Amino acid sequence: MKSKNKGKDFGIFALPGMFCFFAVVIIPFIYGVYLTFTDWDGVAEVKNFIGLANFQKVIEDHEFWTSMLLTFKYVILVVLLVNIIAFAIAYLLTRGFKGQNFFRAGFFTPNLIGGIVLGYIWQFVFSRVFVNIGESTGWSLFEASWLSDPNKAFAAMVLVSVWQLSGYMILIYVAGFMGLSEDVMEAASIDGASGWLKMRKIVLPLMMSSITICLFLTLSRAFMVYDVNLSLTAGGPYGTTEMAAMHVYEKAFTSRQFGAGQAEALILFIVVACISGLQVYLTKKQEVEA
Amino acid sequence: MNQKKIGGTKRKVQNVIAMAVLIVIFITYMFPFLMVLINSLKQKRDIIKSPFSWLFTIKGLSFDNFVNAFNQMDFLNAFKNSLIVTVSATVLVTILGTMLAYYIVRHNNKISKITFALMVASMIIPFQAIMIPLVSIYGGTLNILNHRITLIFMHTGFSMAMSVFMFHGFIKGNVPIALEEAAYIDGCTHIQTFFKIVFPLLKPTISTMVILNAMSFWNDFLLPSLVLTDKKLLTLPLSTYSFYGTYSADYGTIMAGLLLCVIPIMILYVALQKQIIGGVVAGAVK
Repeated sequence: MKSKNKGKDFGIFALPGMFCFFAVVIIPFIYGVYLTFTDWDGVAEVKNFIGLANFQKVIEDHEFWTSMLLTFKYVILVVLLVNIIAFAIAYLLTRGFKGQNFFRAGFFTPNLIGGIVLGYIWQFVFSRVFVNIGESTGWSLFEASWLSDPNKAFAAMVLVSVWQLSGYMILIYVAGFMGLSEDVMEAASIDGASGWLKMRKIVLPLMMSSITICLFLTLSRAFMVYDVNLSLTAGGPYGTTEMAAMHVYEKAFTSRQFGAGQAEALILFIVVACISGLQVYLTKKQEVEA
Repeated sequence: MNQKKIGGTKRKVQNVIAMAVLIVIFITYMFPFLMVLINSLKQKRDIIKSPFSWLFTIKGLSFDNFVNAFNQMDFLNAFKNSLIVTVSATVLVTILGTMLAYYIVRHNNKISKITFALMVASMIIPFQAIMIPLVSIYGGTLNILNHRITLIFMHTGFSMAMSVFMFHGFIKGNVPIALEEAAYIDGCTHIQTFFKIVFPLLKPTISTMVILNAMSFWNDFLLPSLVLTDKKLLTLPLSTYSFYGTYSADYGTIMAGLLLCVIPIMILYVALQKQIIGGVVAGAVK
């Protein structure tokens, strides 16, 4: 596209897309940093500059740190379980069964449906179906709804998220397993590697690029969980399952502390960015070429 | 010979076990959907008595729940809103995204470089880090929330970075500049060249991005919930949310409502399964 009229090309091809991107992502992001230095409540005409007072407030906001700690616990459990389960299922799926595509498509189904609907479906399962099992079998595990007990409600959050995310990761792991070279596998078998040894020394290193992607995706999704949190537990009982993203929302839009809310959002973003960056750096180092 | 046979049997047994394990896991995965399906056809007292009972043992089997849910959540209207928003935003981001990516690839100037770098960097920013200033700019300063077009514009903006990134990679690797030069010699303008020569070549990436973008727009809750409050404009996830809040004790109706939300996606999934799965894998691996 060698142009006599550079300005026109820019205006037609680049400007509309750039405008959308800058107006919705870049400008609000920068403006958001400015907001953290003001005491805006979402309504007032004037925004007073208050320096670092919001960050001071965040440090003193115990609920925020409780929700951060809870989010960390949740993220660790979800990331580990999702990846172990998805890896195992993908391994089973790629043994050359006939119905492979059907299973793969089925496992992916929850990812097609929004978190709000998924949360409500599970709310019914936890509060009616499980309780009914408990009533008819007498198992104390299901005696009362999981959602009314803080620890069990947290477990419910983990369970639903693992259920939802693993289908997505199965797709990526299956693609990874299919990409493993037959020659390498055969060579390993001929050399006498089998079972665990083959898995540890050959399969895992070759699957590292899939693992990098899956860890990254599960990490960022789990940290930012909101929809399922809202529809499944709504933070309850008594705010015991309120994750960081939900806390940020509440802080800004319910307690009307936009500056402090944005400061918490930025802290959350920096934490997630650092952890994901570190994870990608560490797992990328493990990747090998076949 | 004998050894080989034993090995074969062992392999077979392993396969049978693996298959059995897989089927059990699969049924567990599908269990919640099954529960919704069964209970959407039952009346409240039957649901409370036993969520498991099969259809034929129930006297009160009916489609009343669906009729109720359909009317109470204003399904058609919400469906229409979701459709308008999803289709417009998807078309918009596809056209603007391919054009911008094309410009960036073919013009190696400062603006291109800075824009592209910003886009790549912005992909790690979660929505929650932007939503508060977004509401304060568009709700406070500009006061243009509660319009469908605002939501479409925001969806387009948020999906722009990822789309441009994907199109950029494809154009750089797969669209030979010689084709465009030939078109110019034949007298095509830049716009004509782009839409007649370049755009059709991008088809594989376009179909990937259309699937990914449309899925995320259709299911998004947080952004639409911040932009739209007018009842007439609510998208499906939003109307599900408000519907659930009002009727949460009426299990049958709720199950039918949830199923109504799921059915359109399932129909599309059955029809486009291969493309959707392919698109998701391609989008994640890049």
